[in-house]
Amino acid sequence: MSGGPPIVVRGLNHFFGHGEARKQAIWDVNLEIARGKLTILMGPSGSGKTTVLTLMGCLRDVQEGSVRLLGAELNGASEADLVQLRRRLGFIFQAHNLHDSLTATQNVLMGLQVHGKGDPVKQAKAASHILDLVGLGDRADYLPGNLSGGQKQRVAVARALVSNPEIIFADEPTAALDKQSGQTVVQMLKQLGQDRNTTTVMVTHDNRILELADRIITLEEGRIAKDVIQEKPLQIVQSQSVS
Amino acid sequence: MSGVLAALFGRLPIGWLQLTHSRTRFAAALAGVSFATILVFMQLGILGALNQSTIAPYDHFRADIMISSEDANTLTDGGNVARTRLFQALGVPGVAEGAPILIGDLVLQMPDGSSSSLQTFGLNVTDARFVSPETASQMDLLRQENHALIDTATRGIPAEAFDGLLAGSPFPFEIQGTTLTAVGTLQVGGGFTADGTLFVSEQTFLRTSPNRAAGAPSHILLNVDEGADPAIVVERLRATLPMDAVKVQTLKDAAAADLAYQTTERPTGIIFGFGVVIGIIVGIVIVYQVLSTDVADHLKEYATFKAMGYGQTFFLGIVLEEALVLAIFGFIPGLLVSLGLYAGMSSLTGLPVAMTPDRIAMVFVGTVAACALSGAIATRRLAAANPADLF
Ligand SMILES: Nc1ncnc2c1ncn2[C@@H]1O[C@H](COP(=O)(O)OP(=O)(O)O)[C@@H](O)[C@H]1O
Ligand SMILES: [Mg+2]
Repeated sequence: MSGGPPIVVRGLNHFFGHGEARKQAIWDVNLEIARGKLTILMGPSGSGKTTVLTLMGCLRDVQEGSVRLLGAELNGASEADLVQLRRRLGFIFQAHNLHDSLTATQNVLMGLQVHGKGDPVKQAKAASHILDLVGLGDRADYLPGNLSGGQKQRVAVARALVSNPEIIFADEPTAALDKQSGQTVVQMLKQLGQDRNTTTVMVTHDNRILELADRIITLEEGRIAKDVIQEKPLQIVQSQSVS
Repeated sequence: MSGVLAALFGRLPIGWLQLTHSRTRFAAALAGVSFATILVFMQLGILGALNQSTIAPYDHFRADIMISSEDANTLTDGGNVARTRLFQALGVPGVAEGAPILIGDLVLQMPDGSSSSLQTFGLNVTDARFVSPETASQMDLLRQENHALIDTATRGIPAEAFDGLLAGSPFPFEIQGTTLTAVGTLQVGGGFTADGTLFVSEQTFLRTSPNRAAGAPSHILLNVDEGADPAIVVERLRATLPMDAVKVQTLKDAAAADLAYQTTERPTGIIFGFGVVIGIIVGIVIVYQVLSTDVADHLKEYATFKAMGYGQTFFLGIVLEEALVLAIFGFIPGLLVSLGLYAGMSSLTGLPVAMTPDRIAMVFVGTVAACALSGAIATRRLAAANPADLF
């Protein structure tokens, strides 16, 4: 991997709808996201945060402009290339999107098995380790239906992190959670990112998270309205438990 | 189960887990697939009964070649054949022996007023070589005037009525004003045209059917010389006999032609054929509905998997896994219920509605194929969509 920024966005425009209903949602966005940092996307509802995030995360076809992700151009990329790129990313959605017929462990295993069959014993160990890290070691065999909202979101975090992704995208990961569990989830993300030098891009409204960020980008009506780099973001110190 | 599948696939058996996650929905899906297989089995059963009852009478005879009236599509329709054709045929090289048969429908009157129609065969009782061993062994019994072999499976006559006959005491019955005596039995059962079968001598046949004549049998059966090819002898016969009056076929071809006529030209056969087609279409629609609903219900989860980097083959794998589970676990109860319904139908109608290994294999393969295809189609929407649009 070259040393350049993992995400470079140039002249990005995006449109929704067809014909009369066609409407521009993203207007000439230019961005470089630095490696190993926590970048936060803010802005009012409907300002285009999710759209930008999903465009950078290979979840939506790039229509106009350029997104270079981990050195690869996404505009015009083949489905096969997109599939390969997605495997190097971790996504955490607003809804946990856990598969409700799979246990916590099995959901996490899905994050590993995407890389191939692998060694089942090693995979089981990795899954159990990451579930311990998110404080759910004792809930490993629970189905999502038997977990609380915060616990489910932590399983989703574990699933996204288990394969050591190079970039983590998180779209309002705390929106559906109460204050306490939201805080837990974000601190966990921050700490794990810190430990592994992972690049994290997170959409959030949550003010308490801002102080953790290295950089805060604000979108308004599909354009970048503000871009602030925080020289001294709050660091999570090792003694702070994440469970 | 889930462990076995996991080892088999080298991944979590998501299809299986997903299907069995909700027992009621799994049961409903299986019921849908079972119903589809039952539907197809029932339609095939009815068509099979028609086929079976069409072919069955040919099995009474042992002959290589049959001469029929030119306009005869079945054993019982069309005109008669002049007996002289038998003698002409015997002059053709390769023909070893021949015998006329008379066929007619006679109505048996029971003392209680009920009646059953019997497909009646009048035979040359001095020659047992042209009939099946079962009949041949009883042929001598028919030499006596008004003696008959009766079908103990005749529809409309309770099986107990034949208890005495089977124990050895003759069974008298009335047919079109003549009293016949059954001295032997065979077991055939009803078809779509008659309720049962009756064997008598040529003389007895003519006595019960005054409008028929010895000089005009229904068909003529021929056997070829040892080692002769019936197909070649058929060609020679066709060259010798007047083809505007008679047709010559091997007995096998005659049965096949009769079957083709019954299923493609007669209204009953066409309607039953339609039944099978409709059954298959409805079955496919049900199976497709079950699988596409399941895929639609899990679109969010699949989109998440897609976002994680799972490709289309993975989704196809899940859906094929589901298709296989549904096909197998839906087919088994469907087959069992169909066997029960077959038994019920054949005892109610007296028709030969019976399951065959071929049919089981065919419907099973069809079920798996329909499930697999439906699943593959159901995942197409997933292939085309951006993951972000599916959450
Ligand atoms: N799938 C879609 N179809 C049509 N319009 C959409 C779609 N997704 C988003 N939009 C529109 O694009 C704009 C940006 O949406 P979004 O990126 O979801 O904003 P945010 O995440 O900041 O709330 C909004 O005006 C929204 O209505
Ligand atoms: Mg959003």
